[in-house]
Parts: sequence; structure tokens; C-alpha cells
Amino acid sequence: MTFTLKQIALAAAVGALLAGSGLASAQEITGAGASFPAPIYSKWASDYNKATGVKVNYQSIGSGGGIKQIDSKTVDFGASDAPLTDEVLKSKGQMQFPTVLGGVVPVINVKGIEPGSMRLNGQVLGDIYLGKISKWNDPAIKALNPTLNLPDAAIAQVRRADGSGTTFIFTNYLSKVNAEWKSKVGEGTAVNWPVGAGGKGNEGVAAFVARLPNSMGYVEYSYVKQNKLNYAIMQNAAGNFVKPDDETFKAAAAGADWAKSFYQILTNQPGKDAWPISGATFILMHLKQDKPANGTETLKFFNWAFSNGGKAAEDLDYVPMPPAVVAAIQKSWGEIKDGAGKPIAFK
Amino acid sequence: MSSTLVHGDSPSQNPVQQSSRVMTKPPPMKRARSGPMADRIFGYAAKASALITLVLLVAILASLTISAWPAISKYGLSFLTSTTWDPVQEDFGGLVMIYGTLATSFIALLIAVPVSFGIALFLTELSPAWLKRPLGTAIELLAAVPSIVYGMWGLLVFGPVLATYVQQPIQAMTAGVPYIGAFFSGPPVGIGILSAGIILAIMIIPFIASVMRDVFEVTPPLLKESAYGLGATTWEVVTKVVLPYTKAGVIGGIMLGLGRAIGETMAVTFVIGNFNQLDSLSLFQAANSITSALANEFAEAGEGLHQASLMYLGLVLFFITFVILSLSKLLLAQLRKSEGAKS
Repeated sequence: MTFTLKQIALAAAVGALLAGSGLASAQEITGAGASFPAPIYSKWASDYNKATGVKVNYQSIGSGGGIKQIDSKTVDFGASDAPLTDEVLKSKGQMQFPTVLGGVVPVINVKGIEPGSMRLNGQVLGDIYLGKISKWNDPAIKALNPTLNLPDAAIAQVRRADGSGTTFIFTNYLSKVNAEWKSKVGEGTAVNWPVGAGGKGNEGVAAFVARLPNSMGYVEYSYVKQNKLNYAIMQNAAGNFVKPDDETFKAAAAGADWAKSFYQILTNQPGKDAWPISGATFILMHLKQDKPANGTETLKFFNWAFSNGGKAAEDLDYVPMPPAVVAAIQKSWGEIKDGAGKPIAFK
Repeated sequence: MSSTLVHGDSPSQNPVQQSSRVMTKPPPMKRARSGPMADRIFGYAAKASALITLVLLVAILASLTISAWPAISKYGLSFLTSTTWDPVQEDFGGLVMIYGTLATSFIALLIAVPVSFGIALFLTELSPAWLKRPLGTAIELLAAVPSIVYGMWGLLVFGPVLATYVQQPIQAMTAGVPYIGAFFSGPPVGIGILSAGIILAIMIIPFIASVMRDVFEVTPPLLKESAYGLGATTWEVVTKVVLPYTKAGVIGGIMLGLGRAIGETMAVTFVIGNFNQLDSLSLFQAANSITSALANEFAEAGEGLHQASLMYLGLVLFFITFVILSLSKLLLAQLRKSEGAKS
């Protein structure tokens, strides 16, 4: 008797759920992944909802989670801060495209040093995070900053404790410019840090650096801007010292060959104004869409975002993709097909 | 045993016992074997709830083991003794986190137990009556503060204070002293094992203190007053009468606190420094705990060995909790045995 009652209730609940999701799916798309672009995706989603009535639901669960979700097809699009290589994408039957640019900025807390006046290069930055350079008045830092009055104090290195795309961009850069870093630590969303304390999230690192004298850390550019943190300028691949801002991030993106592949890691780019620790964040989609209607809605959403979302992105301190890259992205959408092999892209 | 059976089964021989039996026990005929429907449904529901707990426990254990299997089969027990945690090279060992979890919990208990004992003692024996209630409520309220608040406070307020007024003076004092100096070395940032332990202590004090207070209060006044009547001091009454009478409850309270300390995640991750190296045993060295590593790395851990190793860590935590629980049961049983021997 009880079991039948239970079964009836269960069946009713499941039925209601199914009916609900069935009704909603026409006007709702779901994505999940990287937390770095989550604020702008949410902003775009709410603006897009106002403009078209279509609901875009983005869950900020981390890049690793986003990749898992899109692999298991529980979401319409995944998001990752690190691009997947073309081979991996091919084996999974997926494609990727970049959405916005950002930069990772070394932040410092050293008394008497103005924001943007300390100069660093990749070799020195890597040696600091290896623990080889442990004092601010180390000859290597002094050589780059002959005019600064550097204290005789230990450097307290701060880095991300959680796995993150920010760390991926940062360690990828260090691996490119510091041979010892590459052999000892390597690159990844989480690495085996030889020294330093870990803060949780960009805000954790920013809080650490802000309150610890003689510390240094690395955070997303928007955190530097919003929290008015003291930052260092970096020497790029062309040998110039550049400030982190929209222009230098765009210069880094311009140097990449987007027409060939979207697998572009924008660290240590050759342009003379390029910020060396830049990166894009990516969207992942299946090439063969099981639910073509959702696929089309997803593309429509990002198309709308590329043409109308630039200002919202800038307001939130993200850098929109340059127009040439957007054109290449829109062209790439032609590869996404439905079950019958027909492109799902809209006209 | 047989004698009691005889007595119980042949009440007719002993009318006094029969009448007492009728008074205290309902006749066996009216057992709720064929009770009304609602009773039966309730019985099933209660049984189901109890079973669900068991099933859940087994299911959690099974799914943890299955997801951790790649790491278990690769590292075996050497996982417990290796200090390498290198996601890039895919080489994992859990000793850093296991050490961090045990060390912070130990420090937390070391601080929290005496303080909680003092609080409970004050509230039950020494406090003026008008202060008892507000103070008791205040301590219980502390237990309701979300752990992230403790974490933020630890990072932003307590850490710097600890660094400036404790760590640096101690380091200045012990600099150059062999062995002892090593215990206090580390960057003067105020985060690490010690600050995590202290934050945990603050978090578990309300739990231990309120359990201790509650059990101290159930000590029969007769016992206490007899002891006072014999000229015992408050300290003697507490240690010789109250504590022996309530030891099961006190140990239960401590275990509750320890369980919370071992499982605490958010507050620890803020102040422990999340540093996966074990190059010194310094109290001020940034370290990591099992829960903190899980919380930080799980979202971005790729499929494969990294995730399996995190699952393995979860399994180890499960095991640690289980061992501690068993040990406390064993301790209680031992105490009960010696109690019987004394009387």
C-alpha cells in the first residue's frame, strides 16, 4: 500500500519535472564552466534576455567542470579559460571559439613604490616564484630598476590556491620565458608551487597582497583596476616595457594567427605593445548538435554578444575580441551541424 | 541466567513478583503486532529512514573507493607517505594534507578543551545566576556563525595580529636556537598551521563548551553537595565528582568538536596558506589540509589521476574520522570497565 502511494508520488514528481523541462527547453540554453568570464556571461545573458526573451543560464563551476559538462552533453555550451588543442577537440567532436580577452598582472605591495613604476621581466618573475630571488633588493631586480629604492626585505609570494585559468596563463608564460620554471614546475591550472602562500580566488590573492607588506601576487586585470592595486610593468617579447590595459591586451591578441586555429595562448606574443601575460577565454560546443534548436540559440546569443556586448564587457573590464577575430569566429560556426549534417548556423 | 528465567517464567510461585510484573509490563498479548495501519506505516517509515542512513554510508564509501581507484591502484599505501603533490607531472601524495588536517585539529583541541572546560565550569559552578543565561546563549550563538566569517576574520584581522605580536617576537627570541627556532620559522605572514588551529579552536569551543555545560548540569546536586559537605573545594568537587560522573558526555563533546575541526573547510582554507610542501614542521609554515585541498582543486581538476587522488584524500579523511570515532568508543568502554572494577 505504502509503496504504491510512494510510487505514485514519485511518478507524479518525475512527470512534472519532465514536463517542466520540456516546456522550458525551447527558450532556454544552458552553459557551464570557467569562473573568470562568469560576470560578463551573466551580464550578457540578462541583457540578451531583456532584448529577446531567451533565457541563457550560465553556471560558473570552473573550467574543468565546464569541460566535463560539455563532454557529457548536459549543457549546450562549455566554457574554459585554457583552450583545448585541435587534436583533443577533434577526438571529442567539439569546436571552440574565444569570447573575451583578459590579462594577468603581477601585483606588488612594496612601500614607497608607485603603481606601474616597478619593471619586471619573465626571467625575474619566474625566479621570484621559484624562490631563487627572495629579496626585493636582489641584484636582478635592481638591474631592471636602477632608480627605485628597493627595501632589503623578503618577498612574500602569493598565488592562487584553487585551480584556475589565471594560474594557467601565468604558469604558461613563466614556462615560455624561464627554462628552469619549465623543467621544475611547468604549466597548468594548478601546479606544484615551490614557495608562497595560496589565496582562494582572485579576491583572495588581492586581499593577501593588499595587507601583506613586501608581498607580490598575480591577479586578473579587472581586480587590479577595481581594487586600485599596485602593479608592476612587464618587459614583453619585443623587449619593451608595457603597462597592462585594454590596448596592450588587444595588441597581444592581434599578434596571434586566429585564422589558422583558435588554439592560441596569448602569452609572450611578439607585438611591440603586447602585454606578455594575456589570454582569451573560450566557449566549447559539439560539432554535431543533438538539439539543433539549442545550438542555434547558443550561436545567436554569442552573435548578439559580439555585436552588442562590447560595452558591457568594457564596463566590467574585459576586452572584446578584435573585429577580425570576430569575423573568423562567425565563419567557424558554419562547421556546427545538426544530426542530418546540415549547418545549424542562422542567417 | 537460568535462575532468572525460572523466576520470570513461573510467576505463580511468587505472588509478589507477579503483581510487580503486571504493574510494570503490559501483558505480552497486546503487542502491536496487528496495530492499526498508521502505526505500521510509521514503523516502516522509521525503519526506512534508519536503513537509508546505512545505505547512504555504504554508497558514499563505495563511490569514493570507485572514483579513487586509479590513484589507489597506482600509489597504494605509499600515497599516505609521499609529500609530492604535482598536478603538472601527475604525481600525487597525501602526506602534506593529512599532516595539516591532523596538526590543525590537534592544536585546536589543545586550545579548545581547557578553555571549554573553563567556560563550562564557570557557567555551572561559579557564575552568578543572572549571568548564566546571557553568557550561555552568547556561547551558543558563536556556534551559529558561518565558518566563512571566521575564515575572513582570520585572514584579514587575526592573521596580521598573530604575525606582528606573536610570530615576529617569538622568531626574534628563538632565532638561532637549534630545533626550537625551526618550530617558529617561516615568512611573517600570520597564516599557516598555527593560525588555522587557533581559528578552529575558536570555532569548536562553543560546541564543546555547551555540551560540557549541559552534562555538568545533570550531575545530581546530592553528590556535589555531599562532597562540599565533606569539605571539598570547588576544584575537588569538579575533578573528583562532576568529571567522573559526566566523563562519557565530556568525551562525546570533545569528539563532536574534533569531528568539526577535522571536517572544517572554508575557515581553514582562508588561513592555512594552501601550500603543498612539507619542508619544515614550523607552526608558522603555510600548509594544507585535506578538506581545503578538496575545496580548492576539485572544480578545476581534470579527469584522471588528479581527480582520483583528490577522491583518495576524501577516502583517507573518511578513514581518519572512522578511526577517531572508534577510538573514542574504545576509550569510553575502557573507562566503563575500570569504573566497574573500582566499585
